[in-house]
Order: sequence, then C-alpha cells, then structure tokens
Amino acid sequence: MATNRAGSDPTVGEPLAGSRSRRDKPLPYVASKDVLNILIGGEAGQGLVTIGQMLAKVLVRSGYFIVVTQSYQSRIRGGHNTFAIRVGADEIAAPQEPIDVLVALNAETVTLHRDELLPGGLVVADESSEVSCDLCLKVPYKTFSTNRYSNVAALGVLGALLGLDEGLIVQTLDELFGKKDSDVAKENQRVLAESFRWAAEQPSPVKKLVRVSNPPDRLMMGGNDAIALGALSAGVKFYSFYPMTPSTGVALNLAAQAKKMRLVVEQAEDEIAAINMAIGASFAGAPSMVATSGGGFALMVEGVSLAGMTETPVVIVVGQRPAPATGLPTRTEQADLEFVLHSGHGEFPRAIFAPGTVEECFHLTRRAFELAERYQGPMFVLTDQFIADSYRAVAPFDVERLPAVRAGSQQTEIATPYRRYAITDSGVSPRMLPGLTRHLVVVDSDEHTEDGHLTEDLPVRKQMVEKRLRKLAGIRAEVVAPHADGDEQADMLLVSWGSTKGAVAEAAARMRSEGERVATLHFSQVWPVVPEQFMARLQAARDVVCIEGNATAQLARLIRRETGFEIKKRVLRYDGLPITPEFILRELNV
Amino acid sequence: MATIEDYGTYETAWCPGCGNFSILKAVKQALVARGLESHEVLFVSGIGQAAKAPHYLNANVFNGLHGRSLPVATGAKLANPSLTVIVESGDGCNYGEGGNHFLAAIRRNIDVTVLVHNNQVYGLTKGQASPTSSEGFVTKAQPEGVLSEPFNPIAVAVAMHASFVARGFSGLIDHLSGLIQEAIAHHGFSLVDILQPCVSFNKVNTYAWYKKRCYPLPESYDPTDWEAAMKVAQEWGDRIPIGIIYTTQRPALEDRLGRGTLVGQDVDRTMLKKIMEAYK
Repeated sequence: MATNRAGSDPTVGEPLAGSRSRRDKPLPYVASKDVLNILIGGEAGQGLVTIGQMLAKVLVRSGYFIVVTQSYQSRIRGGHNTFAIRVGADEIAAPQEPIDVLVALNAETVTLHRDELLPGGLVVADESSEVSCDLCLKVPYKTFSTNRYSNVAALGVLGALLGLDEGLIVQTLDELFGKKDSDVAKENQRVLAESFRWAAEQPSPVKKLVRVSNPPDRLMMGGNDAIALGALSAGVKFYSFYPMTPSTGVALNLAAQAKKMRLVVEQAEDEIAAINMAIGASFAGAPSMVATSGGGFALMVEGVSLAGMTETPVVIVVGQRPAPATGLPTRTEQADLEFVLHSGHGEFPRAIFAPGTVEECFHLTRRAFELAERYQGPMFVLTDQFIADSYRAVAPFDVERLPAVRAGSQQTEIATPYRRYAITDSGVSPRMLPGLTRHLVVVDSDEHTEDGHLTEDLPVRKQMVEKRLRKLAGIRAEVVAPHADGDEQADMLLVSWGSTKGAVAEAAARMRSEGERVATLHFSQVWPVVPEQFMARLQAARDVVCIEGNATAQLARLIRRETGFEIKKRVLRYDGLPITPEFILRELNV
Repeated sequence: MATIEDYGTYETAWCPGCGNFSILKAVKQALVARGLESHEVLFVSGIGQAAKAPHYLNANVFNGLHGRSLPVATGAKLANPSLTVIVESGDGCNYGEGGNHFLAAIRRNIDVTVLVHNNQVYGLTKGQASPTSSEGFVTKAQPEGVLSEPFNPIAVAVAMHASFVARGFSGLIDHLSGLIQEAIAHHGFSLVDILQPCVSFNKVNTYAWYKKRCYPLPESYDPTDWEAAMKVAQEWGDRIPIGIIYTTQRPALEDRLGRGTLVGQDVDRTMLKKIMEAYK
C-alpha cells in the first residue's frame, strides 16, 4: 500500500490531496450486504427533508442504525439539496459515498449523482420524469394522490422496497401529521397503503434490509439535538443567540422546551449581545450557553475575553462551516480550531471539546458546563454542519440520574468582606452570587484587586495573571484523553478530531480487513493537549497521517506546537463536504 | 434601613469639578430614599469615567465592556428578577458602542434603570467627540468640527415608546435624585439622560452652559401624553427641558416570560425524560 504518491514525498505542510471532487475517481467498492445508502435529492421546497426525516424515523424505530448526511444550499426554494441515509442492522458511524437507492424528486438529481450509483443501484423517480437510468423504478405518484401527498407516497414506496413494516410507517405518519387534521390523516394512510402495495409488487434489485426482531428503544437525534439535551441535563437556564447556520437548531430545540424546563431562551439583537447576556445571566447564577458559527463567534470574541477576565462560567458552542467571512453557509468544515483556541485577547484558561459522535455531543456539552462552573470561565464545544445535521440512532441517556451543575460556591463560611477574586492555590476563588446573601459581588473587566475593584497596581496585575492561569492545571487534569484504537505498533496511525471519528474508524477497519496494521487516534477534546496521553502512539507508529476538514492541518500544527512531533502526512478536505471513508482511502491511495 | 453612610465613600479617579461627583451623590440619595440595601442592587457599567461610578459605592457591580452594559444587565435581570438592576455609563457606551443594545433594551422593556452620564464628549480617552456632541464641536480627532448631527436619545426613546424617559442635570442634585428614584420605582425600562459638564475636555457644554439652558418641565406637563413628549424631545439649544418627559405602562419582558428566578432551580428530570423520549 502506498502512503504517498508514486515518486513524490510530501513536503511539510503539503496535503496528500485537496478538494478533489468525489466523482473523479470511482472507488472499487464491494457493497456491504447489510448496509444500504439511500440518497434523496431534489430542489429546496420539494419536501425531501420531510421524506428523509420520516424515513429516518421509521428506520430507527425498526431497530436500525443510521447515519444521515444533509447537504443543502443557502436558499429556500430551488437549487439542489440532498438527504442521505445510510442504514444497517449493525452499528455504523460513517457516511458513505456510493449510492444504493437514489430517490430523485427532480431530473437534475439523477444527472448529478448518476456516477455515484453502485452497479445494481436503483433510481426511484416520478414516471413522468425524463430521466434515463439503467435501473429505474418509475413511480406513478399522480395516481396515488395530489402533489401534496407525494412525500407520503415516496415514503410508502421506500418502505416497501426496504422491507419495512407497513404498520410502523402508518404509526409514525400519524404521529407526525395526524394531529393536524383527521382528513389529512386518513388521506395519508390511504396514500401510504396504495403506494406501499404498488411498490411491493414491482421487481426491485434492492435487497431488503434484514429485519430486526425486538428493536430496542433508540432516539433519532442529530448533533444539535444532543447538544440541547445535554445542556438541559446539565442545568442550562439561560440561552441567548442570533440565528446562524448550522447552529440555529440548538436554539430551536431549547426554545421549544423553554417553558417546560423553565429556562429563558432569548434571541439577541446581535451576537455581541448574545454572549454578554449569557455572561450577565451566568454572573447572576443561571448556567448559560450560546451557540453560533464562525462568523457569529467572531463577534463574540471580546465576550470570551470578558468571561476569562471576570471568571464567569459560560458554554460556547461553535458549529463550524466553510469560511472565511460568509463562506459556504450550509456546508461543513473543521477550520476554526485555531480561531477558537486563540480567541479573546489576553491570556486565560479554557477547554475545547470536539465531539466525534452524537452521543459525545450530549456528554461533552454536559462536561463543558461542569468545567465552566468549576473553573469559572469560557468552555467550548466545537461541532460542524455535518454532525449538527446528522441523525443517528442513539441509546437513551440516563437523564433521570445525571446530575445538574449548581451555579456559585456552596461554601457556607465566607470571609467578610467577600473577595470575589481571593487568591488561592488552585486559582479558583469561591464564587458568590449577587443578591442572594449580604455579600457584595464586585467584578471588573479591568484588572482588579482581590475584592474586584479596578486596579492599575502592577504587582497585583502579575498576581492576578498567575491566579487565572493556575486554573489551567485543574482543567488539564480533567482532559478527556484521545481515543486510541488498534495496535500501538501500527504501520499507519490515523489521527483525527471532531466529527470525522466514524469515517476515520471505518477507513481504518477497511484497511485492516485488507491486512493492513492500521490504528486510529481521535481527539474529542482538542484543548488542553496532554502529550503523555498519546505521544507513545505517535512515536510507535511507522506512518502518522492527520485527517482534517481544513486546508492547513490545524490539529497537526497544534500537536507540533505542544509536543514537537511533526505529522507530515495529511489528508485534508476543504470543499465543504464531509470526510467519508472513501475520501480517506482515495487520498491514501488505497 | 440603609443610610448614605452604608453606601460608603471611596477615592475616585475623577477630575475636581467633574459632574460625576454630583451624580454619584444623587444616586446614593435615591437608593436610600427607595429603602434599598447595598446587596439588593446590581450596578452594571461599561467603560469610561462614568462607568467607574459603581466602584465608588457599596453594591454588587459588574463593570464590563465598553457599550455592553445593557446585554449584561438584561441577562442578570432575567436570571434574578429580584435584583434592582441599574446600568450606569456614559454617552459613548450607551449611544455609540452600545447603540444597538439601547434600541433592543427599549423594545424588550426589560426592568432596568439606565443612568447615562451625558457630557457630550469622550472623557476617558481624552476628548474625542461622542454621539451627542454638537455639530461643529472641535476636537483633535475632529479638527474640522463634528460633521454629523448629534444623536437625540430622548427623541429616539420617546419615538420607540420607551416606558420611562427622563432628562436630568448634574447641577440640580435633588431634582436629579428625584428622577432617579422614579426611574428605579418604574417597572420597565427607565432612561435618565443626565447632562453633566466635563471640565477637562468639553469647553463648550460647561456647567454654566447647562445651567443657563436647563429648565424643569412645569407641574402641568403630562408625561403620559406621547405627542407632547415627542415635541418636548425635539427641544434643545437655548432651552433644554429636564424632568420626566414620557412614561407609560408596558409589561416588562421578565413578566411576559414569567419564569421567575433562574437561580438555584433544579432540573425537572421527569420532564426531561419525557422530552428525550419524544425523540424515539
């Protein structure tokens, strides 16, 4: 197996490949009999997300694992959007490029994705459509009902093709649409029954999914859903935001639950207001969070510094998308690691989580709240459009038992007069909340004395810098170690961070199945970096490759900065699309 | 019952003759008159000489970033509505850097009192024009004189139906203190724009300049009359009206949300489980 291109040795910083279109090099691929990849494509406004979400829901309830990839443009109507569902009875964690079933809501979808169809792959299109395809299922949508119900008909057709339980689909439909109108519900059921029956009678090359007996209860959740749930579980009481793709979903989730869970969700006039509101609320004792994307975060950066200086807990979620500036608003990237790491003028401690799965989105958001309160500062969760929008089948969380974070010091004995910034060995000072006791809480964005009042005394300044930075030791001691898989003495070690965890794991598994000794090292916390946790792995591997969704290999650079170890080989993607196992294998020339 | 002494005395960073001294006195007087104790009050300020005022009395203080007092105050008030929240900063903070937040806070009608030390100049940074500087005001940063029209906070606030709009003058301490009391008592967004001299950097709008022009609105003036308020809001120049210019009743944001305090609240785990199960 070649790890560099024939005859060339990658120079430092040069990626093995850049933004090569996935259609340039078809990969010899053996379709897994147990996994199907369904891609629904059409214009925005045609209902592909509705179909996709309904189908995904039925699949999860049927007991399957799914990985959804949503690909959309920055518009409300027209253009080209896709909703891909990779489904299998066994656990899957990565998206897939080759397509088994292409559901084309318009002809353009076939033109654009024809080359990704597997041999034996099926195109499902309207019978009036002029698409030409080798294997076509032309569906007489018009005979089932009006346009309004074509989504339901598509669902019925797919349900039959995949071998799903019709009753389960009806049940799901009723839940989602039944309440609106019983006439609608009746028509839904009728259309579903007819389309299902019709499709069941058609010859189809698609192998039906293996039935799962006694499907366990799983949740259909994407990254944003999990972050919201994790925040609620951790005790979030204040959330402020300005809408920005791909993080708006966090706000919508929390807004829907705000009254029930007794929190305040406030849409701010701008992101500067959002972060400052969250800091104000947190200062007063409400665990607070904001979520945004790179451009919105740019406006929050002064606030980050404020949180660091005033030592106010706040959780900041940054959902990455291609930049600079407005970039590709609806696509995915992992290029803000360095930005988030260095954000906020001055020096103060922080932690940055980069969940690799939807489950990690839940748990690491909780952890961010814990650290924010414990170390009294800004803590970050880095996601991206891919994982924010990627529905998975997730085991329920133990929300009844997981404890919430309590704001403020629980200490009963507080020296008077109270000093908000009392110097301590750990750097953490007891945090009283204003108005709850007779103690006065004074905090300042200027440098300050222990009692919080403004100072320009330089020796005090030095003391305060050191106090704040001492907190880093505590944060460091609690770092979530990178996850290593495979032999320590590997021929190739794939290093990654954030949402690419599944794709990298699958690429490694495929290489192993070909006899390669491949290991993986995945960082779900990218700051602080604790070399003792992973250096042995880096040094023992013959070749180390860093796989990232950016052009400058930001994690590789960070590892070099902190350890001196240079990861020369890189697999980088920065065309706005998620990293897939196929992309990795192509770039490694496997 | 708190006394003036309870609010403490601090050494300040202000120039002798600064209007801030009088304003500080008026604020303390108002707090005492309202029967408020130090720990019940949260001052939120930004950056500037005015923004230092909260450091010079005993209270809870969040001295944040330039222009960003209102969002912090909003978050704090929503978290703990029982706090008496007072934003105290200058014209640069509130009308310049924080202009967008000024508008948004009025819209929300969050129950905070906003005391703006309006000296029509940037003092801390040594004499640049502020949003309320007169046209033609000459500074080192505006050597050709200010070429923009000044921002009229009273007119903007009244136009937006802010629920309490007042103007005071640091040279009339008791009158000012009365306004501040009313502003604190008012449930909703309360603005008190406080004219004051800057002895170091504003040689035009001096104590004498204001003294000559400021006149209290007559007893017969009805501050609930919006159209009258819109007219009064335009009055500036030879005559500058002071007093409560407009007031109305609108529900405050925190009342409309009805969450109560967010502090020390448990997580309803039973409800959370239901919410989670909706994802099945």
